[in-house]
Amino acid sequence: MSETPDSTAPRYEDDIYEEAANWHVNTGEEKIHAKRVTGKWRKIKWITHSIWLILFIGPYIRWNGRQAVLFDIPNRQFHIFDITILPQDVWMLALVLLFFAMLLAAVTSIAGRVYCGFFCFQTAWTDVFTWLEEKIEGPPAKRRKLEEGPWNSEKARKLGLKWFIWFLISVLTGISFVAWFTDAYQLWHDLLTGQASTTAYGVIALFTAGTMVLAGKLREQACFWLCPYARIQGVMYDKETILPTYDFNRGEPRGRLKKGKVPEGQGDCIDCKQCVAVCPTGIDIRMGQQEGCITCSLCIDACDAVMEKIGKPKGLIRYASLDEMEGKHQLPLWKRPRPLIYITILTLALGGIFYGITHLGTIELKVLHERAPLYVQLSDGSIQNKYRIKILNKTDKDFHVKMSAEGIAGMELKGAEKPLFARKGSDSSYTLYIKAPADAIKAERTPIIFKAVGIEDPTQQATYESMFFAPR
Amino acid sequence: MSDEKTNPHGQTTGHVWDDTLAELTNPPPKWWMLGLHASWILVVLYTLYYPSWPLVNSYFKGLAGWSSIKEYKEDLQEVEAIRAPYEEKIAKLDAKAILADPELKEYVNRSAKVLFGDNCAACHGSGGQGNPGFPSLVDDDWLYGSTIEAIMQSITNGRKGMMPKMGGQQLTPEEIDSLAKSIYEGKVIENPLYMSKGCVGCHGPDGKGMQALGSANLTDKIWRFRAEDQLASIKYTITHGVNDPTDPKTRKAEMPAWKGRLSETQIKKLAVYVHELGGGQ
Repeated sequence: MSETPDSTAPRYEDDIYEEAANWHVNTGEEKIHAKRVTGKWRKIKWITHSIWLILFIGPYIRWNGRQAVLFDIPNRQFHIFDITILPQDVWMLALVLLFFAMLLAAVTSIAGRVYCGFFCFQTAWTDVFTWLEEKIEGPPAKRRKLEEGPWNSEKARKLGLKWFIWFLISVLTGISFVAWFTDAYQLWHDLLTGQASTTAYGVIALFTAGTMVLAGKLREQACFWLCPYARIQGVMYDKETILPTYDFNRGEPRGRLKKGKVPEGQGDCIDCKQCVAVCPTGIDIRMGQQEGCITCSLCIDACDAVMEKIGKPKGLIRYASLDEMEGKHQLPLWKRPRPLIYITILTLALGGIFYGITHLGTIELKVLHERAPLYVQLSDGSIQNKYRIKILNKTDKDFHVKMSAEGIAGMELKGAEKPLFARKGSDSSYTLYIKAPADAIKAERTPIIFKAVGIEDPTQQATYESMFFAPR
Repeated sequence: MSDEKTNPHGQTTGHVWDDTLAELTNPPPKWWMLGLHASWILVVLYTLYYPSWPLVNSYFKGLAGWSSIKEYKEDLQEVEAIRAPYEEKIAKLDAKAILADPELKEYVNRSAKVLFGDNCAACHGSGGQGNPGFPSLVDDDWLYGSTIEAIMQSITNGRKGMMPKMGGQQLTPEEIDSLAKSIYEGKVIENPLYMSKGCVGCHGPDGKGMQALGSANLTDKIWRFRAEDQLASIKYTITHGVNDPTDPKTRKAEMPAWKGRLSETQIKKLAVYVHELGGGQ
């Protein structure tokens, strides 16, 4: 190769050095003190964050004399209003998890990290914590000054008050979490009288410490370096995903205002750095898509406010896809394969959950054929098989069932002459025998269908297929 | 060799190999050192808390007083606490009353399996299905009856039936053949020898045996001494008898007494368990 480099063209290394010089990775050396903005997205964020109020209020809702939603792990039952879910039905949990995993994928593929920016507890709690911080310590400039300043009574008072309120919120978070797993009112009673279980105290302590460290101390560092979802969501983007994007076509070349006007030949970005100032993760959105962006859209609010003031159209930073930035035509949602696949899986999962919930049933029957011996010959030549049955009563009322079985002509079901008792919310076990005349048995193995029918409510039914064994 | 100890990257050990290689003495990162110290502190605390260091004649028991056998016993107590309400009821009730209570009966059905396995299964089979020479407990043909009282009695005091040998002076081989054949066919009462040779005395006019004596039912399809060649087995029993002390080749059939070996409650549980194996009346 004997090419002589063109001295006027920018050299490759210059490019990477320049990029590296501008590339700042937030590893927590500097605490981010984001400015708080008002605007459309800010309002939306408050609304979406308020979904977490359910965490605090939910456990106190009562339903038919007990907690409406109770994840009763010691008794292995989940109560969700009228529905009781026992371990046998937990396959639905897999579908629920699949549903949410796919929802995350679908939403991320369409509109980026909506979860991170608007719904994530880390974002929500950090938001509330920094809001309190601002109320106590003042705007970012004052907070930085206080942080750098020497320890004095004012600093101690402000920091003490801040951490104390954070502590209260954290404790309440812990208690609220635990309240979903045990009776909420009883929990408060036990906590106030010091009788709660070690597990309850332990979980509350863990949540308190966790909330204070994560929302008070780590904040955006958790999103950067701790959170797996942040990374997973990043790879779900494609060029059609809409994200808060800086319109570089319109904004560049950026430059400061001169005499209150955007100078001739300059883009709309006046380099006021408001988008950076409001960013809770401390990134510069003008550098394009990056791992630090949780798509909280606060920079959109900040930029729109500035654009309004300088008389330029809003939307210099807006929700847009890379394709849009490059001027490419965008396919409508229903023609993009990824969202379609995600939506299909979502629908299937939802369908499964719906089927599960509507077909929970109130009674479940299990029949276990006795193996030693498989069959018994009786003195009159007939054959007897023994079965252990389990009747699972999923309701909260005791009831009785009538057992029947069919499969062989003239056979006799023994042990179920009287109705069998089924204890509420648990298994009841019984031993039954089937005696069949030898001449009616046609094969070594004959299918037998057991049926349980509720006495009090005959719509409560369950069947189970087992086998009848006979000598060859 | 150079004794130069400074290096642009920090202090070195002072050795330089191959003119350029030197070993830096920089300390490991802080987080790593924290981890190291946390680890050994934990090891020390662990060995203080749990049984650990060997001593001359014994070992250090640990400050917490934990031991695996103690934990096992605590777990066992937990299980026993769950069983206690049932066990209390069982201790108070007799076997018949236990049978009448479905829940209690099922509790015994499940829990006495261990007792049965330890004490009965060796002869009677894991499911009570019997073994060659040992009777089945799952069918409906019982020498001494299958009422709960009879089963209690059988377990408590044991059973040892007696059938005198009929071979030799009592019956000729032809007579034995004839009787065995009619027994095998289930028509023994139609055989005149049954009456004339005195079989009827123990096995009854209908040939169905007498439970008070423990004599076998000769008309049904269940054989006390089941064998591949059932006819030969019947002949053998007639010829040598059962538990006949005068014949060394006699059949041995003895159920040992369990009184004294098992507690009353255990016998009660076993009786209920056996009753529920499938043949109880």
